[in-house]
Amino acid sequence: MNPALSVIFFTTLIGVGQGLFLALYCAQLLSLVAVIAAPAPGFYALGSAIALVFLVAGLAASFLHLGHPERAWRAAAMWRTSWLSREVIVLPAFIGTVVLYGAAHYIGGAAAPRGISLALGGIATLLCLTLFVCTGMIYACIRFMQEWASPLTLANYFLLGSASGFTLATAFAFFFAADLWPIFAAIAAALTLFAFVSRAASLHRNARITPKSTLQTAIGVRHPKIVQKAQGAMGGSFNTREFFHGKRPAFARSVKWIFLVLAFPLPLLLLAGGFALASAALLVAAFAVQYAGLLAERWFFFAQANHPQNLYYQAVS
Amino acid sequence: MTQMALVIDLNVCVGCHACVTSCKEWNTSGSAGALVDDNPYGKDPTGTFFNRVQTFEVGEYPNTQTVHFPKSCLHCEDPPCVPVCPTGASYKRKEDGIVLVDYDKCIGCKYCAWACPYGVRELDERRHEMTKCTLCIDRIYNPKLPASDRKPACVMACPTNARLFGDIHDPDSEVSVAIREQGGYQLMPEWGTKPANHYLPRRKTVIPIREDQLTRADNPLKIDGKLPKPALKEPSLDDVTSW
Repeated sequence: MNPALSVIFFTTLIGVGQGLFLALYCAQLLSLVAVIAAPAPGFYALGSAIALVFLVAGLAASFLHLGHPERAWRAAAMWRTSWLSREVIVLPAFIGTVVLYGAAHYIGGAAAPRGISLALGGIATLLCLTLFVCTGMIYACIRFMQEWASPLTLANYFLLGSASGFTLATAFAFFFAADLWPIFAAIAAALTLFAFVSRAASLHRNARITPKSTLQTAIGVRHPKIVQKAQGAMGGSFNTREFFHGKRPAFARSVKWIFLVLAFPLPLLLLAGGFALASAALLVAAFAVQYAGLLAERWFFFAQANHPQNLYYQAVS
Repeated sequence: MTQMALVIDLNVCVGCHACVTSCKEWNTSGSAGALVDDNPYGKDPTGTFFNRVQTFEVGEYPNTQTVHFPKSCLHCEDPPCVPVCPTGASYKRKEDGIVLVDYDKCIGCKYCAWACPYGVRELDERRHEMTKCTLCIDRIYNPKLPASDRKPACVMACPTNARLFGDIHDPDSEVSVAIREQGGYQLMPEWGTKPANHYLPRRKTVIPIREDQLTRADNPLKIDGKLPKPALKEPSLDDVTSW
């Protein structure tokens, strides 16, 4: 596939927003059971606002992917069959609930009745997890995209999004809650580690895929030696532009190593350094580096998927 | 149940691209709007086509066969492109099984193209809508056309009659008979999409001739016997002489 910048930014940005929200609700639950002291006022409201910035930026990026954004409202119609349609419904619902969650904390302040924000947060958490499933299933449900058609795709979307969100939450909480940010740092490190295991597993799996479709099944000729001589167009077509990234294999390989370093070990080191030195700069750097790594990860996720239609587009003439 | 489809005979396709140009001509002139043509006479011409003819070489020199392979939407009976569409723009008609795009509902997200293993959907890069073969839906039921012309433009244009059009659910239709009797097959059966379009394989034309068909078995006057008999390979004017 040819990775689209809009989708790369969309999926990574909402992942951060979702992870950050999960961290906020996690903090609320922890302070509820008195594991941590209540964070400084404004923590939840500001945190929700930051999560919303990421979610809305992601939503904006998704619009850039559409040929006819003015018709986007129609995309809610086919939720019975389409995971994309389900995502289109769940994302605004999640954003709306996070707005309410942040508002409940902002308006109520410290004296807010706990029940309302807890309930809103609970609903938002459900929507957040559903959104991870929808995003992952959009890719995992295409059965002939063999690199994607795996439960690991869902695990990766959940773990990578949560890890980046918790890394951001660590840096954010550093300024607000002294006893909270080390907990966030630990969760972020654990999630990053799990994400690494899951992503490495999918890389391992994808490296060993035998394509089900071959040129023989594609044109229905049983002969071991078939060579394409013409694809019916000289100047390329939608099929050559959408489904080939056009970069050299060495480029794709280096992107893989770049994301394997930037998204996992480097943020872990920076988190550990930030924890040891109690340095805000290192924690912020951990998030920045991890997010850059995730951009590369998402590029590779799309670039690696080998669409069976490519069998028909092996040679121009 | 009706399932309209094309049956494409690879044995007689000569790769002339007449189906491609007639398809483009008909579909770019229709009410749905023009299909993009970028640099049609310049360098790297590109554009939207519902139908393309590709060429493959099978085998190794000197034993090679050139296979011209026309490729358009296969109107799958279980189309993977339809359920993924978030707006319902991509749909399969109940009455005749044709897979269509409602252009006015399409948001141009390309998800259906991702979900088609055959790569037969093309996003029109100027209209920003997904386009695909309609089996000339505006021809095949068009009362303004003479009944004999109510066929897809590609079928009308094919000079070798390599393209058959009909209902593959009707066991007596031309297409069903062709599929049944000439080994019609589907593309990428491994994905269970059940393409409605079928392809007829390349085949060697073999005419079995027996010895008794070359000499006259039924020859009551024994005329052949009275004349000097030419050798089998020599030309002869039957009954009269030998040259």
